[in-house]
Amino acid sequence: MRRLLSTSFAIILMAGAAFAAPSAGGKVNLIVQPEPPSLMIGITTNAPALAVGGNIYESLLRYDEKLQPMPSLAKSWDISPDGLTYTFKLQDNVKFHDGKPMTSADVLFTVNDFLMKTQPRHRNTMARVESVSAPDDKTVIFKLKQPFEPFIRSFAFGSQPIVPKHVYEGTDYTTNPANEKPIGTGPFKFVEWKKGSYIKLEKNKDYYLDGKPYLDELIYQIIPDGASRAVAFETGKIDILPGGSVENFDIPRLTALPNTCTTEKGWEYFAPLSWLWLNNRTAPMDNPKFRQAIMYAMDREFAKDVLWNGYGKVATSPFSSKLPFYSEQEPQYAFDPAKAKALLKEIGYDGKPLKLLPLPYGETWQRWAEAVKQNLGDVGIPVEIESTDVAGWNQRTANWDYDIAFTFLYQNGDPAIGVERNYKTTQISKGSPWNNVEGYSNADVDKMFDDAAVAYPAAERQKIYDKLQAKIMEDVPVAWLLELGFPTIYNCKFKDIVTTANGLAESMRDAYIEK
Amino acid sequence: MKDFWKRFARNKGAVIGLVILVAVIALSAAAPFLFPKSPWAMVQRPFIPPFTMDKFLLGTDPMGRDLASGLAHGASVSLLVGLVSTVVSLLIGIPIGALAGYFGGWVDDVLMRFTEFFQSVPSFALAVVLVAIFQPSITSIVIAIAIVSWPPVARLLRGEVMSLKSREFVEAAVLSGQTHATIIWRQILPNTLSPIIVLASMMVAAAILIESSLSFLGLGDRNVMSWGYIIGAGRTVIRQAWWVSFFPGAAILLTVLALNLIGEGLNDALNPRLSRRGK
Repeated sequence: MRRLLSTSFAIILMAGAAFAAPSAGGKVNLIVQPEPPSLMIGITTNAPALAVGGNIYESLLRYDEKLQPMPSLAKSWDISPDGLTYTFKLQDNVKFHDGKPMTSADVLFTVNDFLMKTQPRHRNTMARVESVSAPDDKTVIFKLKQPFEPFIRSFAFGSQPIVPKHVYEGTDYTTNPANEKPIGTGPFKFVEWKKGSYIKLEKNKDYYLDGKPYLDELIYQIIPDGASRAVAFETGKIDILPGGSVENFDIPRLTALPNTCTTEKGWEYFAPLSWLWLNNRTAPMDNPKFRQAIMYAMDREFAKDVLWNGYGKVATSPFSSKLPFYSEQEPQYAFDPAKAKALLKEIGYDGKPLKLLPLPYGETWQRWAEAVKQNLGDVGIPVEIESTDVAGWNQRTANWDYDIAFTFLYQNGDPAIGVERNYKTTQISKGSPWNNVEGYSNADVDKMFDDAAVAYPAAERQKIYDKLQAKIMEDVPVAWLLELGFPTIYNCKFKDIVTTANGLAESMRDAYIEK
Repeated sequence: MKDFWKRFARNKGAVIGLVILVAVIALSAAAPFLFPKSPWAMVQRPFIPPFTMDKFLLGTDPMGRDLASGLAHGASVSLLVGLVSTVVSLLIGIPIGALAGYFGGWVDDVLMRFTEFFQSVPSFALAVVLVAIFQPSITSIVIAIAIVSWPPVARLLRGEVMSLKSREFVEAAVLSGQTHATIIWRQILPNTLSPIIVLASMMVAAAILIESSLSFLGLGDRNVMSWGYIIGAGRTVIRQAWWVSFFPGAAILLTVLALNLIGEGLNDALNPRLSRRGK
């Protein structure tokens, strides 16, 4: 009886919390790391620029944690059954920060002119588009040349922020003075940027959603040193530490502080996945059995628990589990040194020493390289760790001058966008560390990737991707490590700080302080 | 020799230093037998505090590696780097100092300006730059340490040689028609041995410190467990696990202290005039 009572009491409490109306007011201190070069995210798209710019600019859609579209500047949308026509209805009463209304003309200008000149990735997307038109002020229609299911996920603020036509038309986009004082439609307006110190945004009072945003001010503090950022949070100078802004080893200490919450959400769109490049061109890594042995030899649970403090997840596919079309296929590689040894014996591995290139991104990655070296050493693969800096790492992986190298890559919302670049034969090209660096080439896999990209609808894609994941898991072109977890650490009085797959950057419009 | 020991033993500190050094050498020699597993092996759960498990007396580091094993294996690295880099810097410093002091004039000018060039750059900063350029490895570290630590040897030797050059036995050797090489090698250098030995013992200590500092900064050889590396890796968790940085730090302190004490003792023992004056 008592349990029943307390349970119902808890339910009442929870319901009460859920229905409490968010209160307006207050300001929040966040970290932006490192200092962005610019906030004009139609031109500068690196992570820190997006982290701030996502509150100033908006795009047609936002995405939830399953990467399903949600309304943003588009109130509603419709996809024709043949998958060729995308019709968007825009929100009412949307104004840019300078007071001028935002209409379909701005959308057309953005996708047909502005981003075509500034974003190579946008040009790739538009190559699949036959035409974009605007029958009236509130409607935009995209017509595709052939069905492309991932298209619905290409309207995020990071890839397609809507910029004001009346400000940019006829000017040189990259030198327009508005880049210094960005003008968007977002919930927050740019106020001030003290270089090396902070960036300040204030509430957009004319925002088209009633009552939103709740917060009056966002202040992005710029603190170059990781230890100082941790201390700033401890002393209360900082309210929210975005994922990745403190070193991993500081996380247990910070999360143990009173009134401190963490969330791993908000990374679903990027879904960073880490792996070891195995240079498929040279012996013994050219043998799939040797590569499988490496998978069995690695204690990835240990890496997750000890080096990443339990955040993240052991990778079970070439796709991150946060990605659409992910499925867990056989074979899976649990930590099994005996199996690794047996495989090595079977192929007659001669004990040739291998060189391991760690990722020069700080302590965690260095320790990780040591753990992998030890794991491989235990099954009889002697490994030597090489030292390198960021430039050296880029150069050596881009020029295929390595045996084994650490890396991690963003998955960007769809296998056709973020995954296939690492496995397709056409993606083997010297000079970039972000493509098929390992040199894996398999005609079947190439064909499956090509078919899956244009298959329609999603269920058809899923069938092909299931087979594809099983095939790649068997071949082990690279040795997958972890789906990285970058927890956001924050003061518990802030609520709803992560409401989309892109995290803090576009969620501050929903965030409020609990009174 | 007996005399030498007597004078050396008169300095209590030096004897203590010698005992510590012998203990460190014994530890490094016994490391492969005491801890046959690699010091990099992750043998237990991470962050075991010291003196709680008999098998892991000094506890484990953030990755579950045995700290005692790391210390023992690290001892040989530190000693080896100290010794080899000192020998290399003596090989550079002695000829330069001897030539400058013996010939004087423009030879002296050229060699001393060259030496001053190296002295004018802060030695640790130079070592960091050298290691960064040549990629961190045990060889590049030894060479970098040698390059930054030879100038004092050259200057010391130049002074010694200059004062010896005007002594009668050298003049006699010149008169007897010996070549310059013979005079430097047979007459002068043997007489400069004692200050060099004293200096060398201090240099070994300094070299161990430089190697530790480089490893601490992440510029050590990534495949070698050294004391500086353990401190560097432990520094990030010092608030959770003080022992990871503390024990290797204490080991460096003791070893460097021991070498300095021995240097003092050697100075007393090899320079009788000085020590007698002290009594």
